[in-house]
Amino acid sequence: MKLKKKIPVIDQGNKLGFWGGKFGGNFVPETLKKPIEDLENLFNKLKKDKKFIAERDKYFKNWIGTPTRFIKLENLTKYVGGAQIWSKVVSDANGGAHKIYNATVHCLLAKRSGKKIICGDTGAGYAGKMLSMAAKKFGLKCKIFMGAKDIERQQPNVRAMKKNGAEVIPVYSGSQTLVDAVSECMRFWVANCDTTAMCVGSTVGPAVFVRICGWSTSQISRELKVQLIDEFGSIPKKLKLYNCVGGGSSSFGFWNEFMDYDKKQCEFIGVEAGGPAKSKRHAAPLTYGSKIGILHGAAQYVNQNSDGQIEETESISAGLDYPGISPLHCFLKDTKRARYTAVSDEEALKAYKLVTKYEKLRPSLEPSHAFSVAIREAKKMSKNTIVVVNSCGDAYKDKKILKNRLGKKYA
Amino acid sequence: MLNPIDLAFKKAKKENRPALLTYTVAGDSTKNQSLLILNAISKYADILELGVPHNTPVADGSQIQTSAYRAIKNGIKIEDIFWIVKKYKKKKNSKPIILMGYYNMIFQYGEKKFLEKCKKVGVNGLIVVDLPWPENKSFTKKCEKKSIYLVQLLSPTTSKERLNKIIKDSHAMNYFISMLSTTGGKLKVSPKKIMTNYSKIKKINPKKNVVIGFGITEKSIKSLKKADGLVVGSAICKEISVSIQKRQNPVTNVANLVKKLKYKIL
Repeated sequence: MKLKKKIPVIDQGNKLGFWGGKFGGNFVPETLKKPIEDLENLFNKLKKDKKFIAERDKYFKNWIGTPTRFIKLENLTKYVGGAQIWSKVVSDANGGAHKIYNATVHCLLAKRSGKKIICGDTGAGYAGKMLSMAAKKFGLKCKIFMGAKDIERQQPNVRAMKKNGAEVIPVYSGSQTLVDAVSECMRFWVANCDTTAMCVGSTVGPAVFVRICGWSTSQISRELKVQLIDEFGSIPKKLKLYNCVGGGSSSFGFWNEFMDYDKKQCEFIGVEAGGPAKSKRHAAPLTYGSKIGILHGAAQYVNQNSDGQIEETESISAGLDYPGISPLHCFLKDTKRARYTAVSDEEALKAYKLVTKYEKLRPSLEPSHAFSVAIREAKKMSKNTIVVVNSCGDAYKDKKILKNRLGKKYA
Repeated sequence: MLNPIDLAFKKAKKENRPALLTYTVAGDSTKNQSLLILNAISKYADILELGVPHNTPVADGSQIQTSAYRAIKNGIKIEDIFWIVKKYKKKKNSKPIILMGYYNMIFQYGEKKFLEKCKKVGVNGLIVVDLPWPENKSFTKKCEKKSIYLVQLLSPTTSKERLNKIIKDSHAMNYFISMLSTTGGKLKVSPKKIMTNYSKIKKINPKKNVVIGFGITEKSIKSLKKADGLVVGSAICKEISVSIQKRQNPVTNVANLVKKLKYKIL
């Protein structure tokens, strides 16, 4: 299995949509074949269309707000005493997380295809919140599917979705989290694909959704590349990019523009959710060697039992609480371009405490996972190593959990 | 040698009626009970579809989901499903069995091993909901070698060109999804419209049997009786759920329902 240079990774799949010949694909009910093919044709055409790209960039710039900040975490760097620690503050983006890029592109595509309704899934509530914002902006009706357990633990985002006029549909089946929300959203699309567009909230799902999402979030690394050159004159000799990985949309977008650099120069480190320290359950299929299986239309490493039933996950962070992982990351893992590891709920909380103690930055529980590993590893690195952590979400949504786990002071 | 599925259609045609296909979830609500249900409905149904429960079913509505979660919760494993088929097939005058499920279960078991096991216990056909054409081309050939039919699904969204290609590669039985819906949705298209779509499909190759499924109930079944076969699934799963709720015997209730369905199409 080999990663090709000079071809965007999203376009390195084969005719049937498999990366490395085995990750991804389109394991979908017959009814969805046609709408998926239509979406593929539309996307393939528009991603080469200069006018469409200009339109996308206009909304990215004026509405989402680009570029998001690239800042040095001076105090944290001093405290850790190793590599320079920087952060790409993607949570600056309108709405407070990277999910806005994918949501905006899906709404632009929906408009072009003449659809009046858009449906989407959400875990932490960011994908849903952003889709509801974008739908409102572009005049589309919006339906968001969200696990009942996630609705309970991510109330601020639920309120935001409702405020934007979206219908939030609680999902009570299975574990009542993201995995069930995606299933229910796909079921809704099966029954309504003639009138409704679907937005999958991460780089997961049938191949075209993986591609659209990766194409959208790549805005993050496009900005970062310019910012690095502005700051250092060139891409640093030792660059380490840390990002949390749930479905994998922010990390893929954070890395994409650096794909062709040698990994000795630009290393990618993906941090999965290891779950509570005392629990056997986790959301880290890459770290813990889960087998390949099919989930939500794509072949990927996924937590499952020997019969092929998808296993329940556990993580403090709703945004990472997913049993599978993007086919793109499976591909990056097996081609050894990226390195993956996991941290526990407790370690993520500890990192959150440290970051907020030393910096004016409040990363949500998802990027706190990435900070945990970055801080640990930066200690042992030289001063000329540039560590960049994608702070892809804001902790506002985690208020309730932070208050429960760390006390009022941190909420 | 003819696949018993062909014989079932032949028999129904001789009696000038569509074949009646039932769908129940293997292990709903327990391994033994689902075997008893198969035995009890065997007298009225022509082909028995047996669902392999999966916990992320992207094409099933709430009734079948409920049945599947119930079966999984009660501990059903894939080996138990083969056990059910094997036991059922030992019965005199048993009907053809089609296993219906999602690809991951087959993928984890191993395609080859799965088909060998199917052959051994007497499975006659397979429906794999999320392995559409052309992704299923090589699996179709593997099924052929074991004389097992892989039933292709056709949908109202399937283009004419695609229909031609799928039917060309298909075995002797295809499954037309009546409308844009997950299983068990309310029939939102008129039976007349469904039959028009059905006829278009049938014309492509009249020799291949086409069954209609999704949203068929006691109420609507009669209006579709010109088809080669009709599948009732969610209505049966619902009957099981209701029986359990009312503390009645699901086996007798389901048998009565299937009996009624059969009379509607005679």
